[in-house]
Amino acid sequence: MQYQSQAVAKPYFIAAIGLFVLQILFGLIMGLQYVVGDFLFPEIPFNVARMVHTNALIIWLLMGFMGAAYYLVPEESETELFSPRLALVTFWVFLAAAVLTVAGYLLVPYATLAELTGNHLLPTMGREFLEQPTITKIGIVVVALAFIFNVGMTVLKGRKTAINLVLLLGLVGLAVLFLFSFYNPTNLVLDKYYWWWVVHLWVEGVWELILGAILAFVLIKVTGVDREVIEKWLYIIIAMALISGIIGTGHHYFWIGVPEYWQWWGSIFSALEPLPFFMMTVFAFNMVNRRRRNHPNRAAVLWALGTAVMAFLGAGVWGFLHTLSPVNYYTHGTQITAAHGHMSFYGAYVMIVLTIISYAMPLLRGRKVAASNKSQVLEMWSFWLMTVAMVFITFFLTAAGILQVHMQRVMDKPLPFMYVQDQIALFYWLREGAGLVFLIGLIVYIASFFIGNNEPEAEVVPST
Amino acid sequence: MTALTQTNPAGQLNRYPPGDLAIWIFILAELAVFAIFFATYAFTRMNNVELFNQFQQHLDRDAALINTLALITSSYFVVRAVAAIREGASQICVRWLLAALGMGVLFLAVKSAEYGHHFSAGINLSTNSFYMFYLSLTFFHFMHVIMGMVILAAVALKARRGGYSIEDHTGVETGASYWHMVDLVWLILFPLVYVMH
Repeated sequence: MQYQSQAVAKPYFIAAIGLFVLQILFGLIMGLQYVVGDFLFPEIPFNVARMVHTNALIIWLLMGFMGAAYYLVPEESETELFSPRLALVTFWVFLAAAVLTVAGYLLVPYATLAELTGNHLLPTMGREFLEQPTITKIGIVVVALAFIFNVGMTVLKGRKTAINLVLLLGLVGLAVLFLFSFYNPTNLVLDKYYWWWVVHLWVEGVWELILGAILAFVLIKVTGVDREVIEKWLYIIIAMALISGIIGTGHHYFWIGVPEYWQWWGSIFSALEPLPFFMMTVFAFNMVNRRRRNHPNRAAVLWALGTAVMAFLGAGVWGFLHTLSPVNYYTHGTQITAAHGHMSFYGAYVMIVLTIISYAMPLLRGRKVAASNKSQVLEMWSFWLMTVAMVFITFFLTAAGILQVHMQRVMDKPLPFMYVQDQIALFYWLREGAGLVFLIGLIVYIASFFIGNNEPEAEVVPST
Repeated sequence: MTALTQTNPAGQLNRYPPGDLAIWIFILAELAVFAIFFATYAFTRMNNVELFNQFQQHLDRDAALINTLALITSSYFVVRAVAAIREGASQICVRWLLAALGMGVLFLAVKSAEYGHHFSAGINLSTNSFYMFYLSLTFFHFMHVIMGMVILAAVALKARRGGYSIEDHTGVETGASYWHMVDLVWLILFPLVYVMH
């Protein structure tokens, strides 16, 4: 750690991991509810479990992005953070808002929560992923503004690098697009139309800039390849991500009541969305192959390469699978979507946050370069357990999805939804099993922070 | 991958491909986008030949021809700019780049007039499949012309400051390569959308 103020990243990372655990637990609860419908009913109904599962994911990724920014921006800018105190204040505000919101989901019925939080004054609740009470949304905006101010001022007073600028662009975009969550027209078509400006333009637009910037930062650190080379790649990747991703929003506009040209635009542009992810894979492996040093933090290198591969598979390949409008005509809103959602979120965003945590956490905890060999071995075990489990979750959901599409939408005499759900229950059981393995991986991951702390730092193993 | 890993490539006078390898990856990606667009156009046209032929008649082919000539000329100017910098003549290079930019402005003006004509006739993306493709394709290309002009302008600014030399002028070649791509795409777009029937 080169700058004192980078330390504010630590609470963000810890909270992120805490919410990650919450997310996985609720994922397992829901997974079981798929096959044992009344599990934990009425205490935790399916819709509530789903809200907690998805909202916790979004919040912990945001926590991770903020931690990443607080860690890497001072180092890139070569100056202390503008205000470490502000960063800590916003951390506690953000965490409190997140905890209160989840408690609200769990303790009172959703309609009561809406009433309690004055949703009628400015109705924004009740929409998938944007279920947060309006007051929480306002809190998110305040935190985001304070965060961008803090990071922005740091960049302004320090060195301007491509990584900083791309990251900042991504973060500003993230904040600006979130404002569309306050726009809640009564017309359902308009509602969905702008809802995607938050949901899609986040994950397939500005978040990719954040992902690219963090990945580039870690690669510079662990490979020692020239900054100029890495920045060049970063520019190409984000340019492609934006060219394909922005109009690619159209792949959500099939048959929701918008003009027909979106079928073409959505199909053509989103067919290209795998490209930037493929470039990212080529980029990451190329840089690691051309490394000028063997970094002792092998776990961080593994996470970085894993991100590049899994993001391409999950976002690129599994996204392309159902992005063309003639295909999506059948697959819309089936388990195919769930399969893609799981692997892309894990591959792109979970893994990039774990990458920067893997790189930064040993330094934040007082190590010089890397954690001990023992900790790293555990961490790498957790990498493989979680990643392989996610691959299987994706496979099982894909199989469930193919069957579902066939029985429910393709056959001469299509079968009803619930009947089909019973038919594919086997795959839901298998998915739950893979989910348990994922949880084991997560436990190993957390253990890696506690085991091996008394041992000396890992050293470079000479390459053979 | 040499250009991507070397920050200051030596002996670039006869390097192939010219410019930064990164721009070629980008050009390939861009060409892939247009290729998919053109292929989709072709397949849709195959199923609606009469509709496409009928509405193609409404396009202003003369304007498109002027634009074709403007882009080809601009590419020639860009070639001259590269030739100039290879001899170390920075200011001459700047002048050729400005001339190319002028052709770009002409293109944008003519194309905007065409759009104005269509929009005043009440034509939009939902009019029919032909206009959907015509407007989407040409507008997507229009945006690329603007992008290319931004790149050329950046190169021209740097050249004016004397930022390039006989030994190091990768930037000029990089900008030129991108501009030729923009031109090339139009050379396919023009016959495909305006002429062929």
